[in-house]
Parts: sequence; structure tokens; C-alpha cells
Amino acid sequence: MRDRMIFAAQLLFTMLVAAFLVVPAGLSMTAGITVNYFRGIQSGLTLQWVVQVWELYASTILLSFVIAFGTLAVTLLAGVPAAYALYIRGGRLSRGVEEIITLPVAIPGLALALGLLLTYGGFGDFRRSWLFILVGHVIFTMPFMVRSVMAVFANVDVKTLDEGAASLGASPWRRFRDVIVPNASPGILAGSLMVVTLSLGEFNLTWMLHTPLTKTLPIGLADSYASMRLEVASAYTLIFFIMIIPLLVAMQWFGGRGGVR
Amino acid sequence: MSHRSFVWLCLLPLSISTAAFFLLPMAKLLITGSEGPKGFSEYLSIVVEPRYRMTLINTVVLAAATTVTTLVVATITGMFLQRHRFPGRSLLIAILTFPLAFPGVVVGFMIILLAGRQGLIGEVTSRLSGDKLVFAYSIHGLFLGYLYFSIPRVILTIMAAAQKLDPGLEEAARSLGAGPWAVQRDVVLPALMPAFVAAGAIAFATAMGAFGTAFTLATNIDVLPMLIYTEFTLAGNLATSAALSIGLGVITWMILALARSFSGNAVAAAG
Repeated sequence: MRDRMIFAAQLLFTMLVAAFLVVPAGLSMTAGITVNYFRGIQSGLTLQWVVQVWELYASTILLSFVIAFGTLAVTLLAGVPAAYALYIRGGRLSRGVEEIITLPVAIPGLALALGLLLTYGGFGDFRRSWLFILVGHVIFTMPFMVRSVMAVFANVDVKTLDEGAASLGASPWRRFRDVIVPNASPGILAGSLMVVTLSLGEFNLTWMLHTPLTKTLPIGLADSYASMRLEVASAYTLIFFIMIIPLLVAMQWFGGRGGVR
Repeated sequence: MSHRSFVWLCLLPLSISTAAFFLLPMAKLLITGSEGPKGFSEYLSIVVEPRYRMTLINTVVLAAATTVTTLVVATITGMFLQRHRFPGRSLLIAILTFPLAFPGVVVGFMIILLAGRQGLIGEVTSRLSGDKLVFAYSIHGLFLGYLYFSIPRVILTIMAAAQKLDPGLEEAARSLGAGPWAVQRDVVLPALMPAFVAAGAIAFATAMGAFGTAFTLATNIDVLPMLIYTEFTLAGNLATSAALSIGLGVITWMILALARSFSGNAVAAAG
């Protein structure tokens, strides 16, 4: 009897916590397709807000994808070889480098953005282009790619594989292409999902780095929260949910823990 | 090409981008912080200047409250979900982890929908008592937002740690006559300590440095990230904002580094 009571109390508590998380998300999804949120769902359903968001903010959604995939390309090209080098080399220097590239995770985005603005704010063309935002996203997401690839290396004993291929006479580049990268693919996939998800949702850095012509989706969201009616803001959030949920599902599906914890 | 030079070549792109777009900007930030009228003592102003010190205390209290509440809530739910199998369990886990990828701005909007002017809590309280309870646009709303943000992360950590617990230890304690509370207090909670430290540090650092949620709720909430932002954009006070953000960065980095040295690996995604 007492155990049943404890179980019921814990279940109730867990359901309350789940409600706290899911109720506002549900409210936002319904508000985005309701004619008038104040009058409630009986005022009817509509897609007019979604259409309005698309007309006002389509460019932010597009730019977010451009930046996310650009960030992914850079983190793949620079991060995967670096993860290999850091893992193979080992030692104090490698740990030091890993420590330094992980710092942007611990340092608030505001500080990173201020540093970038103070250093490169004077280079007008660079400052005004979306590449400026891309640079910030690359610095912020790089550790997730590097660490998730390195985690896989530690599991599959890449050192032995690499030495085996070397003893058969394969050149370093061929070994990297034909042995290292295929073996690292689970980590590369997990890291990639993490990088794209983080980049699509990044706000702290982006708010400081953006210009009126380089607005990303989260910037647009903040803008709509501040200045649009609740239904429009909700419809915009709904579009963001629809974009981000497949990524989340994929992350769970591949068991990608992308070094987040 | 020798293997050695290939390895160096592999490190080159990352080294260049890190040096140019992280180390150099951080160095510039450090220098700028000391270039104000007060020189290097600008760095002390975060603790010496009463207004900044008050903001720092506010931020630390908020982050500590977030951490403690999140740990309590996430431990109860995480242990419960890990220990029991019942219909609907995986749905509950999915719901509890689904907000993981929400950026701070979206979390802010969730809090507005809950506790804002057109929010659910206001609606319910005005029907019940006639008084409309609205607290989204204050430090209480921010507290709720950080809970929303941290609970999913911490639940995942606690569940992973609880899975690794040896049930034999609990059985041994019970067979030696320990009651259910004593088992929890003396066996389970100490074994979860490393997870508490790792997850707590991430929650604390995020609540110290996150900006999006506060920005969405109100720009006059008195926390450190908002102070840095207003000093930079509204007052144009480069030296102060640089010194304050260095201070904030050092605090969050130290908390994460301390936690890591205590409990092994933990990388946080600050939002």
C-alpha cells in the first residue's frame, strides 16, 4: 500500500513536470493556427499567420539554413582531421589544444561576440556579410564536432587500424580517407546533427553579430516576440519546431550523444 | 609526405581558425577591458562598484536557485523513470527531453505563454481569484525559464547515472536493516554525487551566462548578461562591457572546470 502511494506521488510529480514543459509548447503550436488566441480555438483555425510569417521572415529561415550548413562544412573540413591528429598525437600538447577549442562552450556567447566585434568590426564588408555570423557559429560548434569524433576514435581503436594500414604501405592521406573517416562515421554523424541543431538555434552570439540584412531565424523569432501579435510569433515558433524536431528525432535515433553531457 | 607532417597538416585549419577567431578576439577583449578611463581597475569594478556587485549577486543567487531546484526536480523524476516500467513511460521521457534543442529565445516565449499577460497562469488565476498573476517579465519569469531549459538536460544525466548504479548495494543496505529513506540517503544519493556535480555545474553556468531568455522576457532584468548587453549597446561603454564579460567568462569557465576535475568529463552547451 505504502509503495503504491509513493509510486503514485512520483508519477504525479513527473507528469506535472512533463506538463510544465509540454503545455507551453502545445499552446504555442495551437496559437499559431488559431484565428484569435484571445478568443480561443472556437474562433477557428487558419494558416494565415503561417503565411504571414513566411512572407515576412522567409529570408531569415533561408539564411539560417545557409549558415548552418556552411558551419557544418567548416567544422567537418577543419574538425575531423584535427580530431584525428589530436587523438593520434596524444600527449600534453593535444590535451592543451583540446582544452582551448572547448573553451567557447564555457564562455558566454556575449563575450565571444564582443571579442569578434572589437577585433573585426572595422572590416566593413566582412562585418556586414553573413560570413561574420558563420565565424561565430564555427567557433561555438567546433568542440562538439571534434569531441564527438574523438569519442569514436577512442572506442574503435583507430591507432591499431591506422598502423595496420601503414604497415601495408598506404600513404597517410589514403589511410585518412579509406580507414579513418569510414571508421569515424558514427561520430561524424552525431557531431554533424549537433552542429546543425546548435547553429539553427544559436541566439547569444548571433544577436550581437547580425545586421539588419543578416537576420537568422532566432533573430527573427526575437523580433516577432517583441513586435508582432502573439499568433504570428506562435506561427513562427511552430515553423521552428517543425524544422528542429526531425533533427532531434535523428539525434535520438542514431544514439548520438554528440558530447553534450 | 611523412606521417608526422601529415598529422601537423591535419591540425592546421583548426589552429588557424581558432587563433584568428577565438584567441585573437579574446586577447583584444582583455586589452579593451583595461583601456577605459579606470585602466586595469575596471576588472575589479565587477566586485567593487556597488551597482555591478548587486547585479553579480543577483545573477549568482538566480543561478544557484535554478541549480538546486533543477537538481531536486530532475532527481525525483529521473530516478522514478529509471526505476519503474509502466505504460506511457517512453512518451513521458520523450516529452521531458524534447525541449533540449530549444534556444533561449524560444524558452522565453514559452514562459510568456505560461506566465505572461495573455498567459495560462494569468487566465487561471483571474478566474479563480479575480487577480491576474503575471510574472513572466521579471526575475521570477527568468527563473522559470532557466528551469525549463535545464530540467531536460539534468534528467538525462541523472537517468544515465542511475542506470549505472549497482542494485546489489541497495539490497545489501536493506538486508542490513536500513529503511527506504536511509537507503536513499546513505547509498543512492552519494553514488549519484558525481552526476549531481556535473549536471549542476552545467545548469549553473548556463543560468549565469545565457542571454536569449532574459532578452525575450524583458531588457530590464538585473542580471549580468543583460548588464553587459546594455553597457555595450545603449551606453557604448566598451571597456566596462569587455571587463564584465571577461569576469563572467572566468566565473562560468571556473565552475565547469572545477566540476570536471571533481567528476570527470562534462561538456556543456550553454544556450
